[in-house]
Amino acid sequence: MSKTKIRPAVTVGAALTHGDWATRLSAIVMGIGIAAHRQIVKGILVFLLEISYIWFMISAGANALSMLPGLGEREQVKTWNEAKQIYEYAQGDNSVIILLYGVATLFVTAGFLTLWVLQLKQSYNLELKIYGHHPIRTFREDLKSLLNDKLQITLMSVPVIFILLFNIVPLFFMICMAFTTYSKENDKLILFDWNGITNFLRVLNFSGNLGKQFWSVLVWTLVWAFFATFLNYILGMILALLINRKGTRGKGFFRFMFILSIAVPQFVSLMIMHTILQPQGAVNVILTNLGLINSPLPFFQNATWARITVIIINLWVGIPYTMMQVTGILQNIPADLYEAAKMDGAGPITIFFKITLPYMLYVTAPYLITSFTGNINNFNVIYLLTGGSPTYVGDTAGQTDLLVTWLYKLTVDQQYYNIGAVIGILTFVILAITALVTYHKSFAYKNEEAFQ
Amino acid sequence: MSRNNIANTKALKKNTCVNVLVHALLIVLSLIWVLPIIWVILTSFRAEQGSYVTSFFPKSYTLDNYIKLFTDRNVLNFPKMFKNTLIVAVCSCGLSTFFVLSVSYCMSRLRFKARKPYMNMAMILTLFPGFMSMVAVYYILKVLNLTEGPMILVALILVYSSGAGLNFYIAKGFFDTIPMSIDEAAKIDGATQWQIFTKITMPLSKPIIIYTTLTSFIAPWIDFIFAKVICRANSDYFTVAIGLWNMLQKEYITQWYTCFAAGAVLISIPIAILYLCMQRFYTEGLSGAVKG
Repeated sequence: MSKTKIRPAVTVGAALTHGDWATRLSAIVMGIGIAAHRQIVKGILVFLLEISYIWFMISAGANALSMLPGLGEREQVKTWNEAKQIYEYAQGDNSVIILLYGVATLFVTAGFLTLWVLQLKQSYNLELKIYGHHPIRTFREDLKSLLNDKLQITLMSVPVIFILLFNIVPLFFMICMAFTTYSKENDKLILFDWNGITNFLRVLNFSGNLGKQFWSVLVWTLVWAFFATFLNYILGMILALLINRKGTRGKGFFRFMFILSIAVPQFVSLMIMHTILQPQGAVNVILTNLGLINSPLPFFQNATWARITVIIINLWVGIPYTMMQVTGILQNIPADLYEAAKMDGAGPITIFFKITLPYMLYVTAPYLITSFTGNINNFNVIYLLTGGSPTYVGDTAGQTDLLVTWLYKLTVDQQYYNIGAVIGILTFVILAITALVTYHKSFAYKNEEAFQ
Repeated sequence: MSRNNIANTKALKKNTCVNVLVHALLIVLSLIWVLPIIWVILTSFRAEQGSYVTSFFPKSYTLDNYIKLFTDRNVLNFPKMFKNTLIVAVCSCGLSTFFVLSVSYCMSRLRFKARKPYMNMAMILTLFPGFMSMVAVYYILKVLNLTEGPMILVALILVYSSGAGLNFYIAKGFFDTIPMSIDEAAKIDGATQWQIFTKITMPLSKPIIIYTTLTSFIAPWIDFIFAKVICRANSDYFTVAIGLWNMLQKEYITQWYTCFAAGAVLISIPIAILYLCMQRFYTEGLSGAVKG
């Protein structure tokens, strides 16, 4: 009941101005406020964390931060050692490592600042509780609460640490790279510098070689994502309708035949497609032997052929998947809608476009959005089928490369890390925009309450 | 009466016509979908080596491809790759299942300040191309001394399970279907959140637990991007996917093409079985935890 009594807000400002000596002192000696307010073990733990942060900063962190703005100066020096008859290398600065340590230190510092705020608030909170004669949790009770009302801390800290270490820090690190000269170009792989938004300007510039490639890859990526998503969607739906229509026998058999192709790992089936569609591959050889063609069909050699081929093979990959996803939903379409339409004399095509498709679009909008963004990022199909080829001389991007596969080539094969990072960021921007716009649209659509 | 009958027979005729057409179409389509799979199976038993073939059916059949896959350990050590992948898959599937279940439980059942920010962050993070940060991850693993020797397998386990905490949507959706009233009843009886999680929610969530386990178990078998970046040239620690990918590269394809097919068949069968199981549990999971 006493909880309803109005208490001053627990903020850092309030803690520093209204707190008692221990709370204020804990702005410098962390944990002392908590310890002074009867949570001794917790206070000591916080203090130990502060000590270890200070030790870390003195031993490594401060140095790492100070190197961050310059990213290192000393070049690797090669000297000829007469006595041993070999070149000796004096270790120079390695900008990547400096950047990585710098970013890591920034994250550690951010964590430390969060801890500072939390312990200050906690101390002030305890102070207020003591003042208001509220019970204070003992350390044992705190531990117990980790399995009860603070269960999220127990369950989520390990996953969150993993995400931080292997997703957020690397991502931040890559974003930093976009603003540097880190690239095989001009041999900047060991020692590099910040160069502002130069890389972005280069990539977005229409007239430069890189810019031209970027825009053509971008257009193709969007065209690809559009066709890959909607053709798969509509054809998959038609297939599902064909299998599930009243007159079809052996529904289970047909469904199994199509599902079988999903069950085979995608990379296996794609690599097989890749080999059988080569100029000397099975399809061309068999067609030639049958006398149907004179010269091998240029499945992956001609840009237009390659683009159409990947879209068609993606249909092979994707249609069964769509079929499975939509089968259940199709059966949920109210039967009276169909009957009413038939009464009014609508044919199967009219029914499909006027009832089935709108209904499905309405229900599966989120699925469509995820599959669209998934297709923009569809690495496997392109990389395994064409590897981006055909590639024109002097280009790093092939004619079927998507932004993601180009990104992969730029970083892993070419080692143009900075340009790769720029492409990654731009891909993210495009995905974020599509996701936002379509979500917005689908919400607007929902508000019409079309099928309710 | 009779006019009705004539109309009926006409409609019936039209129906059978459509039926025949539909069935013919479906048969053709399923052939298109199954042919590549049959092709691989046939190739895996083909006696002629190399990727150049002149007919759909092999001229003679053999089991040598399978035997070579398991006995020729000098160039591409398939059994070792299989062992590596199995180790990675088992460990990372344990870790990621734990991650996915804990995070989605927290998102679904608990209310705390960081919940909404976490969900937003997860959405933003998943919009970045997955391997954009691959190079950075490699450097981090290098700093942690995980890029040489057997530690590569540890690195792979970490990489495969690290993102698991972000893929909580399906399991969260499942937990959302369990009525809150069950939790509340347990709370009144004095159960802690931990007890509710382990004793009530988990036993009710069998389909989604199995689904999560299977998805994370399959991942290392079918991914080769991450594995390639982390293993680099350490062929001792290749996973099956890199091995199969290598068999189709220029250096190996003439010798290993049919073995590739054999390997593909061997990998596909268990994965296909797991996948079909998974599908069952997925649909079961979608239909909710508590029925009726």
